[in-house]
Amino acid sequence: MQVPILKQRDYLIASIQAALTDADLLQLRDALVSQVGTYRSRGVIVDVTALDVMDSFAVRTLRDLAHMIRLRGAETVIVGIQPEVSFAMVQLGLTLEGVSTALDLEEGLAYLDKKLRTISAPPTSKKRG
Amino acid sequence: MPSQEITVPVNADIDIVTARQKGRELARDLGFTSTDLALIATAISELARNIILYANSGEILLSVVENGTRRGLKVVARDDGPGIPDIERALEEGFSTSRSLGLGLSGVRRLMDEFDIVSEIGNGTTVTVKKWRL
Repeated sequence: MQVPILKQRDYLIASIQAALTDADLLQLRDALVSQVGTYRSRGVIVDVTALDVMDSFAVRTLRDLAHMIRLRGAETVIVGIQPEVSFAMVQLGLTLEGVSTALDLEEGLAYLDKKLRTISAPPTSKKRG
Repeated sequence: MPSQEITVPVNADIDIVTARQKGRELARDLGFTSTDLALIATAISELARNIILYANSGEILLSVVENGTRRGLKVVARDDGPGIPDIERALEEGFSTSRSLGLGLSGVRRLMDEFDIVSEIGNGTTVTVKKWRL
């Protein structure tokens, strides 16, 4: 099952709808890494609300995806990790080190807005004497 | 509940998804909590992936087990692959020989209540895990 990728403002939003095979996950990773360039996107949101399992392969692929997108100059945030899924991940010792997460799509958008605004418009520098 | 056994052949990555979905369904029928369902489905996913990674093909067997008044789910992951040369080492935390897979069997053992492995060089590997209902 292919994951639809929506373009909204400067962001790409990938909303996972159903269980994904390993091949689907890799396809999603490659599509996002590529489309960040096509659409000159600044941020990527991957919504995993529909996933009832995030095993080692899924977690690793999402981590790789976020790191690759950072190398492309954009920010990724993973949103919607379910409580049970987070518990299973912790039990397994799986981490999303270096990857931003947010509760849901709304929080993810707010996070990117804040983060990217900070980057693009740094606070005015103090007057120099 | 009939003590039937469900067999899921594991030959491709889509079968990993099928195996964990069937396991989740059976576990749900048994009345496991949603947290346990996630742990069980994740464990099955890892076991099925190990089959694909190390043996190319095999099968996952799902069944209901009873112990007095307790009931649980049994998952058997069986393959005819090359076998595991050093089981002790394969069970060490974080040990994995596969292509950059960071997890391994120790993680599966943590997710489930009982864990047993039989492996013979050239004769495949059988991992049996059980989760009991509280």
